[in-house]
Amino acid sequence: MSQHPTTYVPKSAFGKWFESRLPIAGLVHSSFIAFPVPRNLNYFWTFGAILAFMLVSQIATGVFLAMFYTPNASLAFQSVEHIMRDVHYGWLLRYLHANGASMFFVAVYIHIFRGLYYGSYKAPREVLWILGVIIYGLMMATAFMGYVLPWGQMSFWGATVITNILAAIPVVGDTIQSLLWGGYSVGNPTLNRFFSIHYLLPFMIVGVVALHIWALHVPGQNNPTGVPIKSGKDAVPFTPYATIKDVFATVVFLIFFAYFVFYIPNFMGHADNYVPANPSVTPAHIVPEWYFLPFYAILRGITFDILFINSKLGGVIAMFAAIAVLAFVPWLDTSRVRSTAYRPLYKQFFWILVADTILLGWLGAKPAEGWYVIVTQVATAYYFIHFLIILPVLGFVERPLPLPNSILESVLGTKKSGAGMPAGANAEPQSKG
Amino acid sequence: MAETTTTVVEPTRRDFLFIATGAVGAVGAATLVWPFVQSLTPDAATVAAGAPVDVDLTPIAEGQIVKVFWRGKLIFIRNRTPAEIKAAEDVNVATLRDPQADSARVKEGHAKWLVVYGNCTHLGCVPLGHQGEYEGWFCPCHGSVFDTSGRVRGGPAPTNLPVPPYAFTSDTKIVIGQEATA
Repeated sequence: MSQHPTTYVPKSAFGKWFESRLPIAGLVHSSFIAFPVPRNLNYFWTFGAILAFMLVSQIATGVFLAMFYTPNASLAFQSVEHIMRDVHYGWLLRYLHANGASMFFVAVYIHIFRGLYYGSYKAPREVLWILGVIIYGLMMATAFMGYVLPWGQMSFWGATVITNILAAIPVVGDTIQSLLWGGYSVGNPTLNRFFSIHYLLPFMIVGVVALHIWALHVPGQNNPTGVPIKSGKDAVPFTPYATIKDVFATVVFLIFFAYFVFYIPNFMGHADNYVPANPSVTPAHIVPEWYFLPFYAILRGITFDILFINSKLGGVIAMFAAIAVLAFVPWLDTSRVRSTAYRPLYKQFFWILVADTILLGWLGAKPAEGWYVIVTQVATAYYFIHFLIILPVLGFVERPLPLPNSILESVLGTKKSGAGMPAGANAEPQSKG
Repeated sequence: MAETTTTVVEPTRRDFLFIATGAVGAVGAATLVWPFVQSLTPDAATVAAGAPVDVDLTPIAEGQIVKVFWRGKLIFIRNRTPAEIKAAEDVNVATLRDPQADSARVKEGHAKWLVVYGNCTHLGCVPLGHQGEYEGWFCPCHGSVFDTSGRVRGGPAPTNLPVPPYAFTSDTKIVIGQEATA
């Protein structure tokens, strides 16, 4: 934003008066209207806008649900049923919120794998990427606490399992657990504070998203070739090109979302969460929401002690490491080529990683017994091998395909743009509008 | 700071004010954090509700497992059959993940009564009684197996089901939450 001094000139007298006092219209103009966008972006680049829409949607439905929900262990389940049966359109608000959480994760996983495929984390976008990993972490915390609020069986036992994870942390684990519980086990004080934090975190996400967009607007967007914008011909203005594409993609995504809300609203949920919480009976099969399953599989996969680390702490470390490793990807990937389109070897390993993650998700929903455990351990090992060994080594051994000289060349073909224009001739960035 | 060409910079009154204000501010902030954190600890009502509870053992039949709550935590009271006691006592303790003799997990002279916390030591699920390879407990969540002494025999659980503090007040009554005063 700050990198693009605006050429915006207010037309009206009021506009001029206001702009000289708070130049917000100029900021919006330079960030979302005149901002140069690579002309070759595909639809995977619309998920940022879709995610922004989903965040607003979750906050809007959540604020209304909070008007009818009661965060008390003896009333919470009833109040959710009250929302479903008595509150006008309460069923719609709740199904939008519950399925919206799933859609949020659908979009974020596409967004993350888009970044991994096109090398969007590489210099100069490392901070942008790390902010994204932080948003993802906040999203997971928010989603977990939100799932506890209906105080059904899965809510209660999910909360029990996850808070018990923290007890595995040496020295301070018990204290942290006690501060989360506010008692000797998951109970009413736990529900109260989870509700408070569930309401707080989305606004923290809004703050980090603002930083994420700011960090995006400094280097500008990556693109399917990974080659930076070199001349004005490589780019188109954000409005109308990216605006209309983002809106169109959001509408298509909303149709997908609406199908779940109106036809299969409980497809992503679990029947056990329509049973009120009961601390003396565990559901036969505790399963987290689908978007946590790969990490849940990793947590359960560590059934053996590693040196002085017992299996429980080992599982916890592996689970958090599986997320934290993403933050180090900009430095673990040693290749100088951004886009996987020009990396024949990495392309294969990328799809193996996608398959491995889906396999882990499938295993996370299966009982932890027999050969499932062994496959989980192999898949977990591969997940870490990908990031810690394959990714650094590939950069040295892989021979990438030749890159196009410019985005324009990749779009129009070598003949037209190459004519009379040596590779370096248009390398100097043109001043952007 | 005023421009000065000398190499030795004398501390000024501003330096003193800066350090003094900073120190007071840091101590103040740290002091103010304390009540916020303390408010999250178990409150007085929760602590009061955590007083010891009495349990009458007479209605518990042989082989039966009864669930009681103390401090919101589930506790199993198991009236073990002679076969179950024998199975628990005959184990070679050295082969266990969390080595503990059965005699150390029950009160002397009350070997048939096993009192253990009812949440798996892995992640807190409630194991199912009379199930699993050793017919003690089996945890349906992540597959931990416990024997008739509540000791872990398989799966991801790192330790045995812990024995809560309790004492026999008579042959058929126990109080959970306090040890015997010898």
